[in-house]
Amino acid sequence: MDIGKDLVAASATPLVLAILSEGESYGYAIIKRVDELSGGELQWTDGMLYPVLHRLERNGLVKASWGRSEAGRRRKYYRLTDKGSDELTKQRRQWQVVNETLRSTPFMSYQLAPQAR
Amino acid sequence: MAHEGGVQVLEDRVLEWRSYVRRRRAIDATDVDELEDHLRSQVADLQAAGLDEEEAFLIGVKRLGELDALSREFAREHSERLWKRLVVAEAEEEGADRKREAVVALGLAVAAALAIKVPELFGVRLDGSAAAEFFYARNISLLVLPFLAGFFAWKRGMDSAGLLKLVAPFLAGAVAMNLMPFEPGGSTMLLAALHLPMALWFAVGFGYAGGAWRDHDQRMNFVRFSGEWFIYFVLIGLGGGVLMMFTMFIFGAIGLDAEWLLESWILPCGAAGAVVVAGWLVEAKQSVIENMAPVLTMLFTPLFVLMLLAFLVTMIWTGSGIAVEREVLIGFDLLLVLVVGLLLYSISARDPHAEPGLFDALQLVLVICALLVDAMALWAILARISAFGFTPNRVAALGENLILVVNLAWSAMLYTRFLRRQAGFGPVERWQTAYLPVYAAWAWIVVLAFPLLFQFQ
Repeated sequence: MDIGKDLVAASATPLVLAILSEGESYGYAIIKRVDELSGGELQWTDGMLYPVLHRLERNGLVKASWGRSEAGRRRKYYRLTDKGSDELTKQRRQWQVVNETLRSTPFMSYQLAPQAR
Repeated sequence: MAHEGGVQVLEDRVLEWRSYVRRRRAIDATDVDELEDHLRSQVADLQAAGLDEEEAFLIGVKRLGELDALSREFAREHSERLWKRLVVAEAEEEGADRKREAVVALGLAVAAALAIKVPELFGVRLDGSAAAEFFYARNISLLVLPFLAGFFAWKRGMDSAGLLKLVAPFLAGAVAMNLMPFEPGGSTMLLAALHLPMALWFAVGFGYAGGAWRDHDQRMNFVRFSGEWFIYFVLIGLGGGVLMMFTMFIFGAIGLDAEWLLESWILPCGAAGAVVVAGWLVEAKQSVIENMAPVLTMLFTPLFVLMLLAFLVTMIWTGSGIAVEREVLIGFDLLLVLVVGLLLYSISARDPHAEPGLFDALQLVLVICALLVDAMALWAILARISAFGFTPNRVAALGENLILVVNLAWSAMLYTRFLRRQAGFGPVERWQTAYLPVYAAWAWIVVLAFPLLFQFQ
C-alpha cells in the first residue's frame, strides 16, 4: 500500500521511539522491524530514516554510540533516553486521541466501502 | 574464484558509492559510514536470499533512496553543514593530523610575526628614517614568505633535494636585495622591491606543489590556492582593522594612546602572521569557500567588460590618448593583470567538459577589450621610449605589457577556436598553466638582472 508522505513522516517518530523502547538497535534493524511489524505494508525509503534518527539524537530523545557489527564493521547504535520514553508516552496519548476520534467518525466505514464494492 | 571476484566487485562498488555520496556537503563522513553499514547489511541479506553481488548492490543503493532527496533531508537536519564551520575542521578520523597541522601553522605564523621584528634588534627601526623604510621595502617578503613556503614543505613532506631547491630562491633574493649596491630610493631598487614578492610567491608555489611544479594540475591548484589565499588574507585584514579600531577606542576612553602599540606591533606582526594563517586556512578548508574566487570572477567579469568597452568608446569618441606617466602605466599594467586574473579564475573553475556558453563568449569580449587597451598602453610606452630613451621603469612596463599581450592574444585565439567548436577547452586551460613560468621568470629578471643592467640607478 502507498502511504502518503505526510503520514509516513508523522508516524516515523513514534514508530522509531517505540521500536527503540524494545531495546538498543541500529538503522538497518529498525527498518527491518518496521517492515516486519507492518507486514510489508509500511515502506520507507531506507536512507530517510537516518536524518530522523539524527534529529531525535539532537533533541536528546535517543542516544547514539558507535559499536561494531557481528562482521566487525563500524555501526552506530541508538537507544532510548529517559526523555525519549517520556516523549513516547506523550505521543502515545496523542495518537490515541487521534485514533479514537477517527474511530467515532464514519471514517473507518468509508475506508471499507471501496473494498466492499 | 568467481566468488572472490564478486567480493572484489562489491568492494569497488561500495568505494565508488562512498566517494559519490561523500561529495554531498550535507552528508558527512560519519553519516556515510552509517549508510555504508546499512547498505552492506542490506546487500548481505539480499545475497543470502540468492541474489549476486551486483544485483544486491544495485537494489541496496536504490532502497537507500535517491541521493538528491536524501541529501536534502540531511541538509534539513544538519543545515549548519552547508555553512560549514569555518575554523575547526570536523573530519574526525583525521583529527590528530589536523590538530598537528594547526599547531605547526600557528607556530610558523608566530615565527613570521616575530621575524618581522628581528631587524629591530639590529637597530633597523621603522621610525620614519628612509634607510629603515628602504630596508623593509626590500626585505619584507623575505621575512614572511619563507614561513608559508616552509609550511607547505612540511605538509608535503618534501625531501632534501626539493628543500634545497625551495631554499635557493629565498637565498638568491636575500643576497641580491642586500648585497647589491642599490642607489637608495632608485628605480631599480623600487622595481626589485616590487617584484620580489611576486618572484618569491612562485617559490611558495614550488613548495605548494611539493616540488612537482611541472605538473599542470598542480599549477592550476596553486592558482586556485592563490585566489583563495588572497580572499582569506583580505578577510583577516578586515577583522584586524575592526580589532585595531576598538583597541584605539577603548584605550582612548581611559586616556591612553595605543597608536604606537598598533603601529609597531599589532599591524606588522598581525599582517605577517596572517600570511601564514591564510595559507593554512585555505589548505585546511579547501572544500568550504573554495568557490569564492570563481564567484567573484563571475560577478565582475561582465562589469569589467562594460567598463573597458565604455573606456574604449569614450577614447575613440574624444580622441584622447593615454597620458604616459609612471602611475598611469602602472595602473594600466595592474588593470591587465586583473583581466588576466579574471580569465585565469574563470578558467580554473570551469568544467572543462562543458559546452561553450554565453560566459565564454563574454570572456572572449573581455580578452579582446583588454588587448585593445594593452595595445594602446604599449604604443604609449614605445613612443615614450623612442623620445626619451630607456629607463628601468619604462623597460619594466614594456616587458610586462608584452608578456600580457602575448598571453591575451593567444588566449583570444584559443577562445575563438573553442567557441567555434574547433577545439576543446583543454588547450585554453593548458595555455594558462604553461604560461605561468613566464611571469616567474620576468619577476626574477626584474629583481636580479635589472639592477645590473641599469647600474643600480
